[in-house]
Amino acid sequence: MNLDFTKAEEDFRAEVRDFLKEKLPKRISEKVRTGQRLTKADYEEWHAILNERGWLATHWPKQYGGTGWSVAQAYIFDLETALAHAPRIVPFGLSMLGPVLIKYGSEEQKSYWLPRILDGSDWWCQGYSEPGAGSDLASLKTRAVRDGDHYVVNGQKTWTTLGQHADMVFCLVRTASDGKKQEGISFLLIDMKTPGVEVRPIILLDGEHEVNEVFFTNVRVPVENLVGEENKGWTYAKYLLTYERMNIAGVGKAMAAFDHLRQIARTQRKNGKPLAQDPLFAARMARVEIDLENMKTTNLRVLAASEGGPASLELGAMLKIRGTEIQQEITSLTRRALGPYAQPFVSEALDEGYNGDPVGPDYAAPVAVDYLNNRKLSIFGGSNEIQREIITKALLEL
Amino acid sequence: MDFNHSDDRRMLADMLGRYLQERYAIDTRHAISNSQAGWSSEHWSALADLGVIGALFDEDVGGFGGTGFDIAVVFEQLGKALAVEPFLGTMMAGRVLARSGGQHALMEKVMAGGSVLAFAHEEAESHYDLAEIAMQATAEGATLTGTKSVVYQVEAASHIVVSARVAGSPGQETGIGLFLVEAGAPGLAIRGYPMIDGGRGGELTLSNTPATLLAEDGFSLVEDAVAAGVVALSWEAVGIMDRMKADTLDYLRTRKQFGVPIGKFQALQHRMATVALEIEQARSAAINASVSLDDPRIKRERAISAAKYTIGRVGTLVVEEAIQLHGGIGMTWELPLSHYAKRLTMIGHQFGDEDHHLARFTALSMA
Ligand SMILES: Cc1cc2nc3c(=O)[nH]c(=O)nc-3n(C[C@H](O)[C@H](O)[C@H](O)COP(=O)(O)OP(=O)(O)OC[C@H]3O[C@@H](n4cnc5c(N)ncnc54)[C@H](O)[C@@H]3O)c2cc1C
Repeated sequence: MNLDFTKAEEDFRAEVRDFLKEKLPKRISEKVRTGQRLTKADYEEWHAILNERGWLATHWPKQYGGTGWSVAQAYIFDLETALAHAPRIVPFGLSMLGPVLIKYGSEEQKSYWLPRILDGSDWWCQGYSEPGAGSDLASLKTRAVRDGDHYVVNGQKTWTTLGQHADMVFCLVRTASDGKKQEGISFLLIDMKTPGVEVRPIILLDGEHEVNEVFFTNVRVPVENLVGEENKGWTYAKYLLTYERMNIAGVGKAMAAFDHLRQIARTQRKNGKPLAQDPLFAARMARVEIDLENMKTTNLRVLAASEGGPASLELGAMLKIRGTEIQQEITSLTRRALGPYAQPFVSEALDEGYNGDPVGPDYAAPVAVDYLNNRKLSIFGGSNEIQREIITKALLEL
Repeated sequence: MDFNHSDDRRMLADMLGRYLQERYAIDTRHAISNSQAGWSSEHWSALADLGVIGALFDEDVGGFGGTGFDIAVVFEQLGKALAVEPFLGTMMAGRVLARSGGQHALMEKVMAGGSVLAFAHEEAESHYDLAEIAMQATAEGATLTGTKSVVYQVEAASHIVVSARVAGSPGQETGIGLFLVEAGAPGLAIRGYPMIDGGRGGELTLSNTPATLLAEDGFSLVEDAVAAGVVALSWEAVGIMDRMKADTLDYLRTRKQFGVPIGKFQALQHRMATVALEIEQARSAAINASVSLDDPRIKRERAISAAKYTIGRVGTLVVEEAIQLHGGIGMTWELPLSHYAKRLTMIGHQFGDEDHHLARFTALSMA
């Protein structure tokens, strides 16, 4: 057994670091580091920089404009970009739809949509969940009825992340209601500007507009926007979810967040000493650090076992559960570390160019919001309860 | 043994609960919380007329309560309604005034709803340690200089009780004096801001600000006020937890996935059972703390730290489980649950989190 990266992989790491040093705009990495709000333009700017270098589609084969990287390279890239406070790559087009089109799309679909994902022509969002179909996704009701060269779509999606920015949505729609509910679902690409599409904001508990409801009323979608075969959408959806769950472990993000926590714990004082030396707080930090170290190796083991394809469902589920628990615990400890200064909330301090005085330490502003917002990690991408169902189903074989 | 509240207290609780239910619904609360003032003087006077403020103080200063269970019934109801009005600061500061004698005219005005008080003790370096005080009093004790952190509803106050060093250095329990400062006094500045869980707070900066000495050796008064504050926060938390439990049970009964109410899933049933069990433990801790208010110091402070530790630990559990069991909807602003969750989380950040009080409980046990 050998946990070292190869010489070539270490060279690659150096190349990534040089690239980040040179190309990652300070303006943007500062916003990420200090927890300020990122705008659509910020994400687009970063995507364009990565795309110019050919490093945007880290999960795609080379022939489609992807990096063709090994899993080790993709892992190193994820880690280094997170540690350098780069924004995340918005996953909907690149990590979710892209792989589905590459595996199941027609040649026309691939040659039309994939380049548009790369150059940012289309901002995609994910239209899976509905008010009545969350964990039980297959019970979704949004209907698509064939009418000549079009499907006519009626229904509602919800929780659509950043749908307010989106040009396109990939949707699971019902095309048959007889038989098993999984067998009547199709995968449809819908232009958000089509008449009959309406986006309404949902405000989350932190006051932010991150998710939306999307309503469809007699929306006409050309049949060439059907991906794969009619009524086979569930297969494609599940394939996509395995990619979504791989990214959700978020080891790089957790490492960056833990570094930040460690710095705060060194700065905050408790009983005349740095908080990092408080026995109870130090033990909390140690527990999450140990979990994170273990997680790093678990993640690498899963990646190594899955070279060339997505991980098995139960391994993906394990990464998702523990990865999100670790991220949540780090945000919880960061909140605790602030003491009373977790409570003041100056929303404007999270906007670029804010030049008022901070309330309390200058790192305090986003901390409580971060804790609250990250409750989502154990809910979306298949809730952690559903992930546990997946694991025991695979293990018990009952 | 009798675990029922007296008739008087039950009547007070019922009346307050009914008032808040009828006149302080969640939309009203949000509007008040987001207003410029961050509290409602109209509700404040109405509640004073109902005797809610008087219930927080004992007869010596013209009130008709002031015991642990008087504080309990009031704050439990305030918690259920997520009220943002300045009851906590008024109760804590008023307690100092009562214990240090004098200020009868001011207390009378406070109980009539005509004046709001604030309690300004913790500082940027305190991190919940009550002795970590650097605010400086001049030798004659006539003026104060320094900054107090995250003072709840300080902008609302006409008078502020402020702790300051008359001797010694930060970390020492001796040499902490207590003073009364008037809003608008020379050299007084407030940086006000909204709180993540509603209402407002502020940084209070004094420079050579005139002050009236209340007590030269004030640490025991600080501990007493904070003990009462912890009783109040514990019951506010219990009120919130009960509401979050009821909401979550409702949701488990009504939300359907896979063709059944999600409450049918045993994985969720057991989680809910743990939440319910822990809330009962938290209620018991709050009862223990309420009884202890008149006990000798060590006994009282152990019960206070035990309660705040329990409330902090259980509070986080209830917040995280209630949101998780709701799924996505639990994350939304529109659902009252998310606001209860924020307030409950932040109660953990007032006057000591679970770690602080666990360590303090240990230290008191060895003392
Ligand atoms: C911030 C955020 C962003 C999101 N972004 C998107 C997006 O871009 N696109 C999209 O399509 N969706 C998105 N989602 C939706 C997300 O995928 C769903 O919230 C998730 O699938 C859970 O569904 P639900 O919210 O309806 O909860 P429910 O399914 O109603 O679950 C409620 C509770 O019951 C539990 N539960 C359900 N079934 C079982 C079972 N069989 N056994 C045990 N426990 C069970 C759940 O784990 C949860 O605790 C987002 C959600 C959030 C919160």
